[in-house]
Amino acid sequence: MTSTTVLRGRKVVGGVAEGEALVTRDRVSGWGGIDPRTGTIIETRHELRGVSFAGKVLVFPGAKGSSGWSNQFHLTRLLGTAPAAMLFNDMTTKIALGAVVTRAPAMTDFDQDPLGLIETGDWVKVDADRGVVEITKRGNR
Amino acid sequence: MRLNDDEQAMRDGRDGDAVALAMDLLVRYGEALGAERLVDTNNVCGTVSATTPFMRDYAVQKGGMDAVFSEFNLDSDRVVEIPPAKVYTTHLQLGFDPRQGERMGIADEVIRFYQKGEAYTAGHGIQLANTCTPYQVGNVPTRGEHCAWMESSAVIYCNSVLGGRTNTEGRESTGAAMLTGKIPDWGYHLDENRFGSHLVELDMEVESTFEWGLLGYHIGEIVQERVPVLVGRGGRFAKVPNLQRLKHFGAAASSSGGVEMYHLVGVTPEAMTVEQAFGRNRPVQTIRYGLAERQLAWEKLNSTATDHQVDYVMLGCPHYNIEQIWEACKLLEGRKVHTNTALWIFTPRAIKALADQNGYTKIIEDAGAVLMSDSCSAMSRAMPPGTKVAALDSAKHAHYLPAIMGVQAWFGTTADCIDAACTGRWNGRLA
Repeated sequence: MTSTTVLRGRKVVGGVAEGEALVTRDRVSGWGGIDPRTGTIIETRHELRGVSFAGKVLVFPGAKGSSGWSNQFHLTRLLGTAPAAMLFNDMTTKIALGAVVTRAPAMTDFDQDPLGLIETGDWVKVDADRGVVEITKRGNR
Repeated sequence: MRLNDDEQAMRDGRDGDAVALAMDLLVRYGEALGAERLVDTNNVCGTVSATTPFMRDYAVQKGGMDAVFSEFNLDSDRVVEIPPAKVYTTHLQLGFDPRQGERMGIADEVIRFYQKGEAYTAGHGIQLANTCTPYQVGNVPTRGEHCAWMESSAVIYCNSVLGGRTNTEGRESTGAAMLTGKIPDWGYHLDENRFGSHLVELDMEVESTFEWGLLGYHIGEIVQERVPVLVGRGGRFAKVPNLQRLKHFGAAASSSGGVEMYHLVGVTPEAMTVEQAFGRNRPVQTIRYGLAERQLAWEKLNSTATDHQVDYVMLGCPHYNIEQIWEACKLLEGRKVHTNTALWIFTPRAIKALADQNGYTKIIEDAGAVLMSDSCSAMSRAMPPGTKVAALDSAKHAHYLPAIMGVQAWFGTTADCIDAACTGRWNGRLA
């Protein structure tokens, strides 16, 4: 039996993408927080240290740290290591600009907390143009 | 987003392709934010440099510095000719010190390419300050001035200490701002977002630069991207912190968290009282800071270090000002850096010139240390060969360097660091 949960939110960057979810409750740092060559989180005390978001639907509270955030995620697009989509809660200039230049579908301002609904490994379809996220739990795939 | 006639004309190509692309990016960015309009700015701090091998190769293959600017400053797939900056623009730090290429292990061809790029930058009317601390070399925004600054440690200083108004911009948005004189009117450009969110009550006096670094690191991790309001012990700051202390405090708070603005009640310009600092907001949380919290911050900052033999000591994150160089010289004069250890100190070029004039560069060099400019180890990924253990007097650098370079890092006072440089051993501890 397959059950799908639907989440609604606001488009940050348009487009449609799907992929496996990578979820963290830690904010993500760009410059000094990721290695754009591999899309890996490198921040020393981050819960996803050593894990790559390349091709994943990255679900996280928001951005922190250096103003190099957008440039580092810009590089992930050019190097082919960008996330498939980004879903986040807290809007800042770092993440807005970073999402724009990554050019992957991105959404925020959800009707429910994506960090509570989505778990790493779930299959997530993001339609940022329509403002809809469909979540299929890992156990149901 | 609503554009006025002038902005719409820029978007429609009145001022050429590059300006039209810049306006297109500002609209995409503004809509992503949920901004309603743009605001005029005549103070941009950003970077247009190509100081990594990747960027140099990109430039060589795609059509020079205009190609770098088109992709990395305008998010354009198409290479366009870039006109000079329309508004006052200051260049931030680089990927190396072009006069220390050999010591930093930078290939000659990368240096030569940079020198070409430097002429491009100056030729486009961008001030070659080459520092993360533009406010230390003459770019000091006035209260209420709308700015478009990159560099998290400079942004927090601009907003909090100077009362200038900027969000943490990025390479692309500052590129668009320098060609248009516009930036989204969002976040810290607006009065209502500048009020405090968290109340921080200090249970101890915080005086030295080291102590301000610990405090900033602790608070940043708790408040993340919100606006802390700090009240000194007994309701006032008995010792008013100076530039270097608030520079370190802000750099730390914007590393462990994303703090872009804070208030010190009775000290910073938008917080003469607690009521003024919070405006209509009520504190979402009250945080106390005393010896236990200080200990915790120190432990986190030293969590990567175990080996007491120190290979490398770096000072100058954010870039040292002349007061700090003078202090370092007093600690260093008459001593020698240990044969197994290197000491590099980073400062803006303009302050290096003053240090040369004052004789400080000679004191540093006579001790076997080096005064460098334009960059730092985290930006350049350059350290003395074989470095496994570093010692730092910057909480920001202790946060980033182990992640970026895979080294152990000790965090301590400037005196601890200079002792480590001269003895080759880390003896710092939380006194």
